[in-house]
Amino acid sequence: MRSELQLFPDAASSLAGQVDGLYLVWAAVSVFFSLLIAVLLVFFFVKYKRRNEDDIGQEEREAPLLEIAWSVIPLLICLVMFVWGTRVFFDIYRPPGNAQEYFAVGKQWMWKFQHPEGVREINDLHVPVGQAIKVTMTSEDVIHSLYVPAFRTKQDAVPGRYTTLWFKATKAGTYHLFCAEYCGTEHSRMIGHLIAMEPRDYEQWLSGSPAGKTPVASGAQLFETFACNTCHRDAKDPRPARAPQLAGLYGRDVTFADGGSAKADDTYLRESILNPGAKLVAGWQPIMPTFQGQISEEQLAALLAYIKSLEGTPQQASADGNGAAADRGTL
Amino acid sequence: MSHAVSTDIHAPSSGTNYLNNGYGLRSWLLTRDHKRIAILYLISVSVFFFIGGIMAMLIRLELLTPEGDLLQADTYNRVFSMHGISMVFFFLIPAIPAVLGNFLVPLMIGAKDLAFPRINLLSWYLYITGGAFTLWAMIHGGVDTGWTFYTPLSTQYAQGQVMMAALGVFIAGFSSILTGLNFVVTIHRMRAPGMTWFRMPLFIWSHYATSLIMLLGTPVIAVTILMVAAERALHLGLFDPRLGGDPVLFQHLFWFYSHPAVYIMVLPAMGVVSELIAAFSRKPVFGYKIVAVASIAIAVLGFLVWGHHMFVSGQSIYASTVFSLLSMLVAIPSAVKVFNWTATLYEGSVSWDTPMLYALGFIGLFTIGGLTGVMIATLGIDVHLHDTYFIVAHFHYVMVGGTIMAYLGGLHYWWPKITGRKYKPFWAKVSAMLVFVGFNLTFFPQFLLGYMGMPRRYWSYAPEFQVLNVLSTAGASILALGYLLPAIYLTWSMRYGEKAEDNPWGAVGLEWQTSSPPPTFNFHETPIVTHDAYDYQHQRPTIAAKGEASLG
Amino acid sequence: MVNPAPGQASAGVAGHDAHPALQHHFDTLEQQKESSSLGMWMFLVTEVLFFGGLFVTYVLYRLRFPGVFAEASHHLNVPMGALNTAVLICSSLTMALAIYAAQVNKKKAIVPWLIATILLGATFLVIKAFEYKEKFAHHLVPGPNFDLSLFTPDHARPAEMFFSLYFVMTGVHALHMIIGIGLLSWLVVQSRKGRFDSTYYNPLEMTGLYWHFVDIVWIFLFPLLYLLGYHAR
Repeated sequence: MRSELQLFPDAASSLAGQVDGLYLVWAAVSVFFSLLIAVLLVFFFVKYKRRNEDDIGQEEREAPLLEIAWSVIPLLICLVMFVWGTRVFFDIYRPPGNAQEYFAVGKQWMWKFQHPEGVREINDLHVPVGQAIKVTMTSEDVIHSLYVPAFRTKQDAVPGRYTTLWFKATKAGTYHLFCAEYCGTEHSRMIGHLIAMEPRDYEQWLSGSPAGKTPVASGAQLFETFACNTCHRDAKDPRPARAPQLAGLYGRDVTFADGGSAKADDTYLRESILNPGAKLVAGWQPIMPTFQGQISEEQLAALLAYIKSLEGTPQQASADGNGAAADRGTL
Repeated sequence: MSHAVSTDIHAPSSGTNYLNNGYGLRSWLLTRDHKRIAILYLISVSVFFFIGGIMAMLIRLELLTPEGDLLQADTYNRVFSMHGISMVFFFLIPAIPAVLGNFLVPLMIGAKDLAFPRINLLSWYLYITGGAFTLWAMIHGGVDTGWTFYTPLSTQYAQGQVMMAALGVFIAGFSSILTGLNFVVTIHRMRAPGMTWFRMPLFIWSHYATSLIMLLGTPVIAVTILMVAAERALHLGLFDPRLGGDPVLFQHLFWFYSHPAVYIMVLPAMGVVSELIAAFSRKPVFGYKIVAVASIAIAVLGFLVWGHHMFVSGQSIYASTVFSLLSMLVAIPSAVKVFNWTATLYEGSVSWDTPMLYALGFIGLFTIGGLTGVMIATLGIDVHLHDTYFIVAHFHYVMVGGTIMAYLGGLHYWWPKITGRKYKPFWAKVSAMLVFVGFNLTFFPQFLLGYMGMPRRYWSYAPEFQVLNVLSTAGASILALGYLLPAIYLTWSMRYGEKAEDNPWGAVGLEWQTSSPPPTFNFHETPIVTHDAYDYQHQRPTIAAKGEASLG
Repeated sequence: MVNPAPGQASAGVAGHDAHPALQHHFDTLEQQKESSSLGMWMFLVTEVLFFGGLFVTYVLYRLRFPGVFAEASHHLNVPMGALNTAVLICSSLTMALAIYAAQVNKKKAIVPWLIATILLGATFLVIKAFEYKEKFAHHLVPGPNFDLSLFTPDHARPAEMFFSLYFVMTGVHALHMIIGIGLLSWLVVQSRKGRFDSTYYNPLEMTGLYWHFVDIVWIFLFPLLYLLGYHAR
């Protein structure tokens, strides 16, 4: 498929062109300035070669305009590139609202993926061309980094929190998928393929794969298995509530007993399951047990998918796709 | 050719100097003479350079083929980790400040010694102790965390001697702190009469800026490494997500030092290059004051950009935006310096001696390193390039192409002063060319590999990356030869080299006004400074007799 | 104090009737004193940054788990901490008095004040040791023996983090105390030899700066670790 020598990577996502454009302009600027300096150095080096052992250089000339020029011109170039680069960056990290949600877990030394339809894969990820895909990821052990060079995007998977990455494949094909953050012995074997397929082929592949339950369905089941439903009751339940209702919670602002507040995003929900008392919602008793160590990352992801799927108040609509990007991390 | 009798009027160049003032081991190991301590550092950093160099060769040999066939994956990881740790903490950080800086700071400002000679010796012992711990760790299985010690890999999952290596780095950190402290106090309090701030050589300015970073940054990494060690040994959980800790906090603390540490490595190199360019153009550095202030600006801004190592770590995208902007700003003083050096050559009297070749090599390579640095400070590009070979190539251009070129240039420039002997210019020029060619062949292909998407720290890789990797390995062998040659001819010159004059290059600067090698207390009488630095117009250097000065 | 190596050139040695404490590479005692005092202040700046890393970590985690840290701090022994604060403040006073004794040339008084400072420092460490012992006895030391059942269930793990910070911060502080006591003991030996008087008491003053700094660190540690959230007890 590939020749032995390749000097430029495949470009197969909607953002690859933007990144390449930025890169090539920068490369041209760099080549220009490197050559400028090199030519000047060599020219002066030859032209002003010392003829006589006792020669000294001529008296220094003041050239304030020159000094200003070579401070301001690089500054202007940098500022322009900064603005351009930041716009591209925001595009890279802000998934469009209609993105399909995939889930990934990194562990030493493999990638585990789950499709919204429930299909699970290890190291390989099949995606349809032309569809925006948002991957929410975490790690079970050390920090990993999901990297698809052909898509010009990567994101660290950090234990204990969620991070996201999105892309839209534009060209069917098989591309490298690497772990980019050094993660121990088999780091260079934590690789796989990203297989972008035409939507029809993707559907066919999907139907041919052993379909597990969808994350929402398995989340619903876990909700019962862990007896979450005994306290987080349905709105229609006539008994008095013992814990906040979860319907419509995702994306809403919640206020805590200690006066703080936060938006109920993935990271918040995750923390509330693992460490319920750390951020207690105002008006409720701290009766929920901790699930730290009792629930796997995949189960947690399924529960989140289920909670997100619960229809609720219209406020839910405010949970647009930008939420996750804006809340990447607290530190 | 018999050696020329120095025309220095202050004192005869014969008689006692710091080298023949006592020969026993004790006279070296208990010395408080900054020049002897510099020699001790020269020997010890060279040892670590060669250890790191051997590791580098192993890395390049392993990467000759896509499949991991020479080393085991685990061995490879240990090799690159130890390469990074020895090169960064035990070679690059101390190389210029502790060897050239130690030797020259008092000489250049007209002082008899550093302010705290005993603390200076203590610094060396701390360095050696830290180095011994690290060597012990290397011999007993090594470390497989990378030089960055990222948590939770380093605290919970890594197998090797993380504790010992971390302890080594921790101890060596104090060596660096004390060296910085010594320089700051010396520069503030020990300048000779007439040596005002804006008469100081740029070497001193850049060492002052470096020392500030050593003082303000190193303690933070020391305590961070201490936390990692405590977490690993005592199972405290400061960065453990299971206790609610944040592994990314480690990265913030780590890079708060380790980014400024890049400037610890490169600022002294800039100081050396300023000296070389001035001496070999016989002209003041163009825009002296701007270059001096730019050093301080780099040191200050350098503390505000650490987050650019974490653009894909899950850090808030708004924080990344700020860090990106600040990283662009730190490039401006560096760019200004490059332009100023280039302009210094204009209408100069440019000599083609070896140190000048290294200085020009530095400017060229540092320009590429700096420009690619601004590229990866651009957010949209860094997402793709982060943790790829592009980064590897970029920082090698800055640290090897920058720091080591300058270090070698400085060593060749001050070698006659340090040892009182001359080396063979022919071999010196050959090796300078080998280093330049070998370096570019090694690291330029890595830029292309990086943009292709080859991640760093990979022991095996996809076949389409092979051709560029083979080129890189070929370059590395030329580079290795270029580094071996000076080790041979410089060592040879110490015994068989021609005796050097006091001022073989015809340079101005206080260090050239004393004998070669200098007496124990540097000057026979305290010099009085009446001119600006590099004032060749009003301060004719005592140029050696014609035909004798072409040293290298 | 200068111990010239054999064969050292005489050229550099400062004037022959110089003060015995003047080191060879300084021109005047004044220059020497200014240098060491600048050096000590620089060193204290590095110390601020060293502890700064710990304080930043503490503050970030405290902001993340305010309730947990308040609960965990209730397991610390406030009376002992308060007593230790008083002990350290007294030791700073005795240290200052030792320096004052040198300044007014009361050479006999230097040693007793130094010894008083050492004893107060040692008292601090003994009290700290009792506190540590109590933590061990109550299984409050992070690691496999940490007793999670002492806390509200979901507070337990971040509480372990609190104790990690507690031990690292107070441990590093105690290490500084031990180094300080070592320096003071060396000063006692030097003072006995009559090295210090009103013309030269630089080492006393420098050690004093260090000692006060270590004291100030505790003044920050005590409220941060013990007192924040005390009212909610």
